[in-house]
Amino acid sequence: MLIVLALASVVLLGIAPEPSQAITIYTSWERHALVGSDIRLSCTFFSWHFVSEDVSFTWRYRADASRDSISIAHYGGGEAYTDNKGPFKDRVEFVGNPKRRDGSIVIKNLDFSDNGTFTCDAKNPPDIVGRPSNVRLLVFENLPIQAGVITGAIIGVVLGLLVLIVVIYYLMRFLVARRVFSLSVRSVPGLWGLCKGREQRPEPIPGTDTCLAKAL
Amino acid sequence: MLILLLGIIFLHVAALVLLFVSTIVSEWTTGEMGTSDLWKNCTLDSMGHICNAASTGEWIQVVQAVMILSIIFSFLSLILFFCQLFTLQKGGRFFLTGAFQILASLFVMSGAIIYTVMSPGWVPEKDTFGYSYILAWVAFPLALISGLIYVILRKRE
Repeated sequence: MLIVLALASVVLLGIAPEPSQAITIYTSWERHALVGSDIRLSCTFFSWHFVSEDVSFTWRYRADASRDSISIAHYGGGEAYTDNKGPFKDRVEFVGNPKRRDGSIVIKNLDFSDNGTFTCDAKNPPDIVGRPSNVRLLVFENLPIQAGVITGAIIGVVLGLLVLIVVIYYLMRFLVARRVFSLSVRSVPGLWGLCKGREQRPEPIPGTDTCLAKAL
Repeated sequence: MLILLLGIIFLHVAALVLLFVSTIVSEWTTGEMGTSDLWKNCTLDSMGHICNAASTGEWIQVVQAVMILSIIFSFLSLILFFCQLFTLQKGGRFFLTGAFQILASLFVMSGAIIYTVMSPGWVPEKDTFGYSYILAWVAFPLALISGLIYVILRKRE
């Protein structure tokens, strides 16, 4: 058994592909933010090599309506450089820790004109082949409610009430049958004389008790 | 007797099918640009149909919830009908079935009313109501009549 496992692992390691030399970059897919707030766009990468001294991060921005992108932040050679001429002048700060493979930036005081796609490209020599990752930024005046939250809440509440009513109904029946509760019949002496000695089985809605009892 | 039974079941199933179609097909509003609501907005572009999720406004979510609830209640009512058919005593009334069906019709009505009142807020002037919306309004009286028949009906033999 063990020999088979050992052989299988050797075979698998033998035919396993060489670790690819491509670097994989991770960012969020889409971010929502309020006007006037700050947002931190995170960017990390995975590489088969140790973080080199020449690791570099480049952030580019492409507005929604436009086709070209401009560079807004760059980290290279141990130094971080941010936009000092373009639309993000003095609003971008490099807050990542390149030694920990983190190349995040913070954009302050967002405005509606900041809607667009931010691209993070990281290079970790000799690992330089990789696909840059995009994160879409949406700036809102008020944060909209996520799709389906209210829908689910309403459905849950109504169905919950239904279940609650059924449970209470069966609980009341159970308690009355056990004579923990006394029905109003007891307070009417004439009727109580009629029902005396007989097991009380209340049936507020004819037919439903047997039907529900069989169904549940 | 059998014909009556079949007729009632047919009416109920027809209302249920209308509810399903009205909820699932996303065509509460149609215009030249495309269709929209309840679940997604599709626009006809030069590149073909482009669909994205409907606006996440609060009222559209309420309409979604209410339509789904109406389907659930109508379906429960159908199950209860068959259940009560075999277990009800002679002369008994299908109260619970009728109650659930009437509740379902009330849900459809409130959903259609909410959509009618609130949709001018997010739909452009030129767009008209689509067939899903009309089906919702047709399903409401069908379900209501079906529920009332259940309440009036008495079990025989």
